[in-house]
Amino acid sequence: MTVLLEKEPAPAEPQVRDRPREVDPALPATDKAFHGVALVIGIAVLVIMGSIGAFLGYQSLPTLQRYGLGFFRESQWQPENDTLGISSVLLGTFTVAIVALAIAFPLAFATAVYISEYAAPKVKSFLVSLIDLMAAIPSIVWGLWGFFLIQPKGIHIAHWIHTHLGFIPFFQVDTDPNAASWAQSRYAASAFIAGIAVAMMVLPMAAAVMRQVFSQAPMGEREAALALGSTKWGMVRTVVLPFGRGGIIGGTMLSMGRALGETIAVVLIISPSFDIKFRPLEVGTETVSALIAGRFGEATSAQLSALLTAGFVLFLITLVINTLAAIIVSRSRSGADTD
Amino acid sequence: MTTTIDRHGDDPADYVPLASPDVVTVATPTRPSHADFADTAEVPIVTPVPSNGVVPPTTAGTVVPPRIVVGPRSDQRTPTATPAAARPVSRAAQRLDVPRAIASRTQDDVLSFWGALLGSGALTWVLYYQILPFSGRVGFVICWFVVFLAMYAGVTAMGNPSLVVVDRVVAAMVRAGAYVVFLTLATAIFFTFVRGWPALVHPNFYFSDMAGVRPTDSLDKGGIYHAIIGSIIEVGIAVAVTLPLGIGAAVYMNEFSGRFARLVRTIVEAMTALPSIVAGLFVYTVLIVTLGFARTGFAAAMAISVMMLPIIARSADVVLRVMPGGLREASLALGASKWQTVRQVVIPTVRPGLATALILGIARGVGETSPVLLTSGASSFTNYNPFNEPMNSLPLFVFSAVRSGEPMFITRGFGAASVLLILVLVLFIITRFLARTKVGSR
Repeated sequence: MTVLLEKEPAPAEPQVRDRPREVDPALPATDKAFHGVALVIGIAVLVIMGSIGAFLGYQSLPTLQRYGLGFFRESQWQPENDTLGISSVLLGTFTVAIVALAIAFPLAFATAVYISEYAAPKVKSFLVSLIDLMAAIPSIVWGLWGFFLIQPKGIHIAHWIHTHLGFIPFFQVDTDPNAASWAQSRYAASAFIAGIAVAMMVLPMAAAVMRQVFSQAPMGEREAALALGSTKWGMVRTVVLPFGRGGIIGGTMLSMGRALGETIAVVLIISPSFDIKFRPLEVGTETVSALIAGRFGEATSAQLSALLTAGFVLFLITLVINTLAAIIVSRSRSGADTD
Repeated sequence: MTTTIDRHGDDPADYVPLASPDVVTVATPTRPSHADFADTAEVPIVTPVPSNGVVPPTTAGTVVPPRIVVGPRSDQRTPTATPAAARPVSRAAQRLDVPRAIASRTQDDVLSFWGALLGSGALTWVLYYQILPFSGRVGFVICWFVVFLAMYAGVTAMGNPSLVVVDRVVAAMVRAGAYVVFLTLATAIFFTFVRGWPALVHPNFYFSDMAGVRPTDSLDKGGIYHAIIGSIIEVGIAVAVTLPLGIGAAVYMNEFSGRFARLVRTIVEAMTALPSIVAGLFVYTVLIVTLGFARTGFAAAMAISVMMLPIIARSADVVLRVMPGGLREASLALGASKWQTVRQVVIPTVRPGLATALILGIARGVGETSPVLLTSGASSFTNYNPFNEPMNSLPLFVFSAVRSGEPMFITRGFGAASVLLILVLVLFIITRFLARTKVGSR
């Protein structure tokens, strides 16, 4: 190029040819159309999703006006007597979720640590897919599993806990555990049994988030710990777990959000009861989602509004928990890549 | 983790390279006595072998047979290495430097594990069944595990520092927890198939519906054809609705970033928190109660769509977000328009990831019972028309069959649940296959 230029005596024209390209050209027609279509889809999704939230909120208004704060204090759900409230239902929802997490958290934690630290490298990806598969198993299957397989055994476990740890109010059941033939039905259809089934549903989610965060712990720091003479657990405790703390908390909260909304397994297992009690081993409890599934059929429009309000409250609780979880996961050092 | 320890410093041919830690099995935990060191003028050099199995070059002149840790003797010996300086050290210093054996698994490890396992099993059996008035297999296994942990810790503490005790006990607990989870998964699948097997062996179970079949009828009458068809139609409509919307919204969020795109993303992420029963209740209230539609397959498809849309949009968004920006920029820098970039660079790159997101969303939609419970009604006959008459679907059929309490009907329920599981398994295997084929997936 330079050679050429040297040969040619430079004419005065090049300014004409050398006009700089427009920096901000108009979009080509296809791009305009593309932008338009994408924008329309974006707006559509926004409107659909937003209107669901707005609709739920709007439908809750009449109920909240009618019952006011009493809606959150009343425990009974008796539309025929005009007493409606969700305090016992909310308590039941949290009882099931807490039982589920108490079971799911240690297992999910152990599974995540096992897959990321102890499993042989060859089987690692297979185990990861197993956890994903577990997440894909329909909740109705876990419901069957809980009802037909776990319940008959769970009754005995609940009885044992009541007999030996019954002095703790949490494990209290309203029956005599030492009777010659103890009342099996008092231990069935409880939040405890439902919690076991829900635990299996939310476990894979927690395990997947934790494992992902653990596997991102920097190799250099792991090797440094090992080089300093640490045992494997010492390395995990001092490097991997502090690094993955955000993932542990976030994953647990995400699965908590899921546990609060689980329906079918809970409906299959529990028998409805509206008592204010925090006794997961005892027969009978009620959760928001089970209440909706059980009551929507015969509901009048006013009752439907009350059910929608209960659903809206559940949605808000889940939303807050999910948002906090997302913030915790993204704020922690480990966050960036977890979803 | 393996260690080599030099003692004599004479014959490089005796150096045994250590295989990768997977293969290293037994190590002889003989500790060199002080006298051993006393007759050499060298410090025992401890060479940690990194876990990837690469043996660092060792000294020809000084390094020799690892006395403490023995990997399987490989045939090729490596007479490698660069000479290292041997430092003469005083006797006192040598005493302090007794090296610890840190092979990946020593005989001590293996024997104390099996000894503790068998010993605790026997002890628990004697105590649990023979002496104490306990019964029940679940309790036995739990007690066995607790006794095992105690015994394992005790046996380990006899010859190891407390750090090792903690390490082993924690490893045992972590492994046990993971095994419990995988075992649970296996029992859930196995149990469903075993209970559903009597129904699954009849061909009519797949090819006829329940019209005119009484709940007490034997299993060679009636089947779940109507539920399979219903599930396919409902999920098909839901996918047709959510796929363009979900992926379009994800593309919008990633290609036209701005305040409005952020708003869309926030709302989509918020709606992933919507419990599926509330999605069902929303569609029930709007379509059926307010607008007066009948309970149809279409209403059920709408409920599934409401549930699936945020899931698909969100996971598609995640897939698009992790796409390397360099590819997109390269295409734009070559003068391609935005649409060309999306169509010819972005979408082909992330296609496996998008497929994974979609199929996992479908698996979720097929298996979810609560939205269809509220919206589809439940027919016992085959209905191909989603806009007229109620429809049935697999999860709904399972639910109503199990709730009926009729033993024959419960077996049908388990059969339908097995079919549902097979469906999910097939979808899942397709996902794995897609995810493996190309880059761009997560």
